Amino acid sequence: MLAKLFFGYYAAVIILLSLLVVTRKNPVRSVMWMLLLFFHIASLYLFLNAEFIAAIQVIVYAGAILVLFLFVVLLLNLREELKVKRFIGSWPAGLFVSAAILAIVINVIRSFVLVAPPGRYSIEYIKEATHTKALGTILYTEYLFPFEIASLVLLIAIIGAIVLAKRKTRSH
Amino acid sequence: MVPLNWYLMLSATVFMIGVFGFLTRKNIIIMFMSVELMLNGVNISLVAFSHYLQDLRGQILVFFIITVAAAEAAIGLAIIIALFRNKSTAHVDEMNEMKG
Repeated sequence: MLAKLFFGYYAAVIILLSLLVVTRKNPVRSVMWMLLLFFHIASLYLFLNAEFIAAIQVIVYAGAILVLFLFVVLLLNLREELKVKRFIGSWPAGLFVSAAILAIVINVIRSFVLVAPPGRYSIEYIKEATHTKALGTILYTEYLFPFEIASLVLLIAIIGAIVLAKRKTRSH
Repeated sequence: MVPLNWYLMLSATVFMIGVFGFLTRKNIIIMFMSVELMLNGVNISLVAFSHYLQDLRGQILVFFIITVAAAEAAIGLAIIIALFRNKSTAHVDEMNEMKG
């Protein structure tokens, strides 16, 4: 009962905050609501016994990505931004499409039943080995090659961001 | 115990709110934030599956999704800065250079 109450609070707040993020006119306010949203999602991960994922959700999403967004918002002209309309002219079509797909997906999920044998990473196992260690063991043995590819993706992102955002120097 | 279906419904709702924002907003930064919202919706369902199946591979996938989201945010915001330098606007309606 208490678990359902907690989940209800987090679900309601997450949905409300995501609506606020996509509907606010001022991008700075959107970023701030998104910060609160990411903290709530991290709490939901804690609720699902995923401490490490909750920690990197706060560190990477709230700490790095949102700060990057905030810096870019600061570069834009907010005075101009607040004068124009926030939605495109045909926004009811977008609302209809997303609401229709949501209705279909929720109807499918309602009758979904999980039938699978439980895996070996039970709560007792994770409690004994600690979550970060259990996750790290899989990451550095079974998923070592994807992990290396992820580091390459980040390297390319760094170089690409520098090349794209660099001011072009005229040579005449 | 909270049923798995509730988590999946929450995940679908967050994802579709992100789709709505991406389809209807004019500001390119908010469109980008909607993409991040969609990635977060998927992450919720992956962590929920990982918990209920007692398998940590879903959380490995979340780890990689967060990596790709960080890379995508860096590249995308660099593109936005380059666009803003040329057009001095953040509205997608006014970017029509590729129109034939």
